[in-house]
Amino acid sequence: MKFRRAPRVIPGLPLAMGVTLLYLGLIVLLPVSGLLFRTFGLEWSEFVAVVTHPRAVASYKVTLESAAYAVAFNAVFGLLLAWVLVRYDFPGRRLLDAVMDLPFALPTAVAGVALTAAFASNGWLGQYLEPLGIKVAYTQLGIIVAMAFTSVPFVVRSLQPVIADLEPELEEAAETLGASPFQTFTKVIFPLIFPAFLTGVSLAFARSLGEFGAIIFIAGNMPFLTEITALVIFIRLEEYDYAAATAIATVVLASAFVMLLITNSIQLWHYRYARKN
Amino acid sequence: MIEVREVSRNFGGFQALNNVSLNVEQGELVALLGPSGSGKTTLLRIIAGLDFADTGSIHFDGKDATAVAAGDRQVGFVFQHFALFRHMTVFDNVAFGLKVRKRSARPSKAEIAERVNHLLRMVQLESLGKRYPAQLSGGQRQRVALARALATEPRVLLLDEPFGALDAQVRKELRRWLRRLHDELGITGVFVTHDQEEALEVADRVVVMNKGGIEQVGTPSEIYDNPATPFVYNFLGHVNAVPATVSGGVAHLGGLRMGFAEGEAPEGVGAGTAFVRPHDVEILRDGDGILVTMRHAVVLGPSVRVEMELENGQAIEAELTRHRFTELGLERGERVLAAPRRAQLFLDDGRQYTVSCLTRPVAPRIVPSAEGGIRQRRP
Repeated sequence: MKFRRAPRVIPGLPLAMGVTLLYLGLIVLLPVSGLLFRTFGLEWSEFVAVVTHPRAVASYKVTLESAAYAVAFNAVFGLLLAWVLVRYDFPGRRLLDAVMDLPFALPTAVAGVALTAAFASNGWLGQYLEPLGIKVAYTQLGIIVAMAFTSVPFVVRSLQPVIADLEPELEEAAETLGASPFQTFTKVIFPLIFPAFLTGVSLAFARSLGEFGAIIFIAGNMPFLTEITALVIFIRLEEYDYAAATAIATVVLASAFVMLLITNSIQLWHYRYARKN
Repeated sequence: MIEVREVSRNFGGFQALNNVSLNVEQGELVALLGPSGSGKTTLLRIIAGLDFADTGSIHFDGKDATAVAAGDRQVGFVFQHFALFRHMTVFDNVAFGLKVRKRSARPSKAEIAERVNHLLRMVQLESLGKRYPAQLSGGQRQRVALARALATEPRVLLLDEPFGALDAQVRKELRRWLRRLHDELGITGVFVTHDQEEALEVADRVVVMNKGGIEQVGTPSEIYDNPATPFVYNFLGHVNAVPATVSGGVAHLGGLRMGFAEGEAPEGVGAGTAFVRPHDVEILRDGDGILVTMRHAVVLGPSVRVEMELENGQAIEAELTRHRFTELGLERGERVLAAPRRAQLFLDDGRQYTVSCLTRPVAPRIVPSAEGGIRQRRP
């Protein structure tokens, strides 16, 4: 039997698939397996000792906690920003839209230096916050600010196209059916943008967990207080303790993987309405 | 009863509605008919409270509702593209209007379920309550939208191009079904359409709109038989517009003389346009008529549409029975006579008359075409 295939935009499944798998192998799987391989050089008891070292555990806590605050802030602020950028027309909208990419485009070290300059006690923001008792630079708040700064585009850019695709008729339909603006948001709009929102938030969270350059300038890096996990890994490397570095990195890798797994399952469950049968 | 009083609406320089007044009686089904940009959807949205008039007012049962929000007007609105909540099941879509009510006014869960199931039965979708909108056909989605709008027991049902997004067959079915539903429920309804057939078939009364104003309001037969303006004549189906002059109490269409009804003939001279329905045009080889060139014939089931051209190059159409067409044996490029039996004459000063063919025979004089041959058909 002869098969006739519909013409495709990208030629040939075998070729396209081959290239995809090769790149996935080279860029993602090879480094990751290298990491795991290194870690396996440790005895189980050594591994446990390294990853549960009080300084490492303190860094997990600082990193996770800060990332959680930063993402919580970005979830609200990013949603609002995306909404404003899509739904309202105001002078400077395009400029604001372009500026949104700055945290992506800026080298993170530059972002770190800029934030430190602004929030240091003699900086042009810090000098007003300090008298109010708000210390940003060299505290955990600084870490949160840096994480929020570098990860907000994930939330905004994930939500923008989805908000733009929402038909205004949906809101009007809810309105004529007697729903309040709050009900329209919680029952109609939010469920529809939720998958994109979740994507944005989980990417922002992952980015915050891994952020290094922007944070080390503003955090102060005091062990047990403002030291992030990425820095602990870096310090282990500087001490030529590769096994310890990779062991802690494995913990970060595992947590990122588990998080992506969870968010993907939530999305799959949420998208049940889009299935045809 | 809905009362629209002198409503105007301007969108950044575009006058969408210009001083429009309209009454819709209790239990009536009214069609707002017009081309795109005529203001029909804007008027519907203003009645719904989804848009607001710059000047003028809206009254429901005598009470001023101009500033009342859409949610408090007790209207049901059906959108052209259904606007179903795609993350909710059919059941939840229909239940939405009841579930969002304040606790004091909200029916119990059992009552909501009963009402929703009743509505789903009514729209013949009782077995599909658990499906999502993506799993339904276009016609089914539109019925869900209708059930959702009816769930809150609105005083008025408003439909914006309700069948516009459906294919011809489903559209016809739903049209009849809407009419039946309306007769059963006795609800006041207003729907927007650009399809004259839909308006004439479904509505009790038709409101013909053009350029932000109302051209004519009447029953379907009033609108079709006695169009008030040249626009209405043009908009309601195929019609020929033939330049005409009046002198000595007789209308002249090309070489054809047409007479006025007894005692109606205008005095003096005038000019205007005569509108002739294609089925009122007879084609003759000799006798009294307008000199035309035969261009093209299209067979449409039992009838034949003959496209011809006036001396000035303007197109004119006639609709003949197949029998008559065969009998005539028309040739492309042949010069024949078009004889309207009846025409509606609109003079440039706004006066309007019905004129009919004067049967007095006039000697035929067919002049052969100077250039001969077949000219390109005009687009």
